[in-house]
Amino acid sequence: MKTRTPPLAQSVETTLIVNGTTVTRRIDARQHLVDFLREELGLTGSHAGCEHGVCGACTLRVDGRIVRGCLTLAVQAGGKRVDTIEGLSDDGTLAALQEAFHRRNALQCGFCTPGMLLAAHDLVEKNPHATREEIREHLSGNYCRCTGYQAIVDAIETVMKGKR
Amino acid sequence: MTAQRPSGGYVGQSVPRANAKRLLQGRGAYTDDVRLPRLAHIVFFRSPHAHARIVRLDLAKARTMPGVIAAVDGKALVEYCTPWVAVLGHLKGIKSAPQHAIAIDRVCWQGEAVAAVIAETRAQAEDALEAIEVEWQELPAVTAMSDALAGKTVIHPDLGDNICFHRDFKTDGFDDVWSKADLVVEETYEFGRHTGVTLEPRSIVADYNAAEHTLTVWQSTQAPHMMQDIFSRHLNIPEANVRVVAKDVGGSYGIKVHVYPDEMAAAALAVMLKRPVKFIADRLESFVTDIHAREHRATVRMACSKAGDILAFDLDDLTAIGPYSVYPRTSGIEGNQVVNLTGGPYKHQQYRAKLDVVFTNKNVTCQYRAVGHPIAAALTEGIVDRAAAKLGMDPADFRRKNLIADDAYPYTFPSGIKFERLSHHKTLDKLLAMMDYRTLRAEQAALRKQRVYRGIGLATIIEVTGPSPAFYGVGGARISAQDGATLRLEPTGMVTCIGSVTEQGQGTEAIFAQIAASALGVTMDKVRVMTGDTGVTPYGGGTWASRGAAIGGEAVLQAGRALRSNILDIAAAILNMDKAELDIVNNEVVNKLTLESKLPLVELGRVAYFRPDTLPPKFQSELTVTRHYTPREYGFSFTNGIHASYLEVDVDTGFVRLLKHWAVDDSGTVINPMLVDEQVRGGVVQGIGAALFEECVYDENGQLLNGTMADYLVPMSGEMPDIVVGHVETPTKQSQLGAKGAGEAGTAGAPAAVMNAINDALAPLGARVTTQPFTPERILKALDKI
Repeated sequence: MKTRTPPLAQSVETTLIVNGTTVTRRIDARQHLVDFLREELGLTGSHAGCEHGVCGACTLRVDGRIVRGCLTLAVQAGGKRVDTIEGLSDDGTLAALQEAFHRRNALQCGFCTPGMLLAAHDLVEKNPHATREEIREHLSGNYCRCTGYQAIVDAIETVMKGKR
Repeated sequence: MTAQRPSGGYVGQSVPRANAKRLLQGRGAYTDDVRLPRLAHIVFFRSPHAHARIVRLDLAKARTMPGVIAAVDGKALVEYCTPWVAVLGHLKGIKSAPQHAIAIDRVCWQGEAVAAVIAETRAQAEDALEAIEVEWQELPAVTAMSDALAGKTVIHPDLGDNICFHRDFKTDGFDDVWSKADLVVEETYEFGRHTGVTLEPRSIVADYNAAEHTLTVWQSTQAPHMMQDIFSRHLNIPEANVRVVAKDVGGSYGIKVHVYPDEMAAAALAVMLKRPVKFIADRLESFVTDIHAREHRATVRMACSKAGDILAFDLDDLTAIGPYSVYPRTSGIEGNQVVNLTGGPYKHQQYRAKLDVVFTNKNVTCQYRAVGHPIAAALTEGIVDRAAAKLGMDPADFRRKNLIADDAYPYTFPSGIKFERLSHHKTLDKLLAMMDYRTLRAEQAALRKQRVYRGIGLATIIEVTGPSPAFYGVGGARISAQDGATLRLEPTGMVTCIGSVTEQGQGTEAIFAQIAASALGVTMDKVRVMTGDTGVTPYGGGTWASRGAAIGGEAVLQAGRALRSNILDIAAAILNMDKAELDIVNNEVVNKLTLESKLPLVELGRVAYFRPDTLPPKFQSELTVTRHYTPREYGFSFTNGIHASYLEVDVDTGFVRLLKHWAVDDSGTVINPMLVDEQVRGGVVQGIGAALFEECVYDENGQLLNGTMADYLVPMSGEMPDIVVGHVETPTKQSQLGAKGAGEAGTAGAPAAVMNAINDALAPLGARVTTQPFTPERILKALDKI
């Protein structure tokens, strides 16, 4: 009985910076970044919700830009800086949003929340004067099934007002 | 009882949830985050056909693939997991066929598991799926409800027909009243099946210890004790040897309160392989295996007098549930709820109903958030609006005329359900004031002249919450309607609260901390809450049917009051004072009259645990108490609410723009207004999803056509309106806490309100829609534009 190694199961030695720490691993070429972070590094804060790029639960930051961790191959992050909810919590980047989300109960089950916070932070940085409609539009790639979104919009608006 | 209701303290305050902090930092513990030594990964080979015989299933090649530990079919699993039949004694005549963890010989829906592959990694297991060889013989698929009812092809020949459950109901005076009606309105409504789409897919990690014959299961579930019982009985392991742990659960809404064959297979495979295994459904599997709900076609007729009094309702509901009634709650409950609830807010005395629940070759359906309520509300409120229009009455006035009066309670509705006390008129008045109804009507009329088609839709609801054993226990299901809470004062003055109701983000743990702190007289930072572990918590039902606050909260309150009394016994002994002179305020025992500090709890704890020798000789302190609660007086803590939707229909494109939504809910004592508001808002948006976007679309062969997150539309932030929430508080007198449930309210009423608003917008054009979801295509068809 023959066995075969699918081409995408071939591994590539890859070095990347995850939350400020340089990491070198042999990574299966087919492995997605969110799976690499979760399975190889134990960074389980990023969640795989749909694994086809729609729900946004796996939103991560690569070289400062938000990406879908389920549509990015881990090897594509070679030589790049990857920031996850864990790192951005520890260094205080998300502190104001986290505080506002907490006070406003802008999360229920919390599964979408890490991705939602990264997407929200992206908008706070790029467009701190966004209207409610613009906030809603920006978050349209991040599904939340619990809150109905209003509390999330409120929390982000509060942070933006605080920054102005 | 009213005098004993908790006042002051934290009850009634919008306190943020302490346990949300870990989730905000990505430091939660969802089931997929569990890592164990020797953990193996399960994937399932699933049927591509809706109905087919498995002629040959060859797993040999899959077993030779890299990393594969085992490949298992249904026959191999039978000795580890017995099949089940989902029926309940109180749903007379309900029937279903035996269902196995993995299909044997035949598949009955697209997505049914046919084999499991277990490998060292999930990717390796998925590679091996491609090496599985199957020869199928396709069988005729029954997909249309009418075909199922006609029974030309019978899915389970042993059952004789495709009817899972049938119910006929008629009040004694129905025919007489019906024959004398001045006006009868009739309409048929259709509801697309949809599903919960929890962002965290169904997840299970199961570990079997062969030396101890113990099974530990980490599961994303709402009902750990129910699952403990089921794993025990079907895997033949003593219940005491089964532990179910539900840590963080990433959304549930009723999806995660059922027995899923693949999860049973995962637990059985842990036993077979004597090692820990993990199964995490991927999103494509979720769409074809997570329970669906609400595929109904119902004709409703309503009889009225010329004066505008509703006299009687007549309902004929047909619903399809897939090939099996879902274990252990059955798939008969949703239709039964539609019969129980239709017409429920109104004061007519006559009612006739007929229900048929049929099997089809599609994915199974079962109880999803607001079970039956959105159907009943749409049928009731749709036909009520229709009658109001025929009578030339304003929809709000017509409702006011017919809603059961606020002083008419206790009240028994013709379907047999009993209301302790509802507040329809108060909620209606509050809603109309909040939305400024008359002004909005004037604005709508002005805009119509400019060919802007806006609609206002109202929907009154009644809501089943806090159920007694009348829901499942009386039918023979081993599902607890009772819940418990343990409170323990620690030596440090901290309080540990352990509850049997589970947390999926609603804020169960937060309100337990609020209730415990208020009952004891401590600050909230002193309370730690634990839930979701059958090895630790009292026995209980978990979370479903809006029972967490109403039932679990009462258990916490009673435990808190008992512990407070015990603490004061100790304080009285230490201080040599009369217990009646003492109180607990702000973490200290104080003089009740002067509030003078007498003994900090941290000092009381030190003495009670480490220097009991200094207490009177026969005195034994008891700083751990457990209390349970189950409602008895009423089968269900019925509550009520009302919704309004304001929207605009683009009559050229068929698109609906939601402008605003209002909801007034009566959930009894409100423990945390912010959390109740957010339950309502989240529920409203799920209801809007049902009304406008969500449908599991099947073709005539039983193939799901839109089973991806990209194709199955759920509400996104950009298209949702702001939602204004108001409260009326009518506490239940059954409990000291007085809380009723709030979890279903939003989902129950929103679809009917949106439907009525769309039809109100379309009314000047003579068009009307009655098939959910109200897609642009359906609206344009109603307008005769396509």
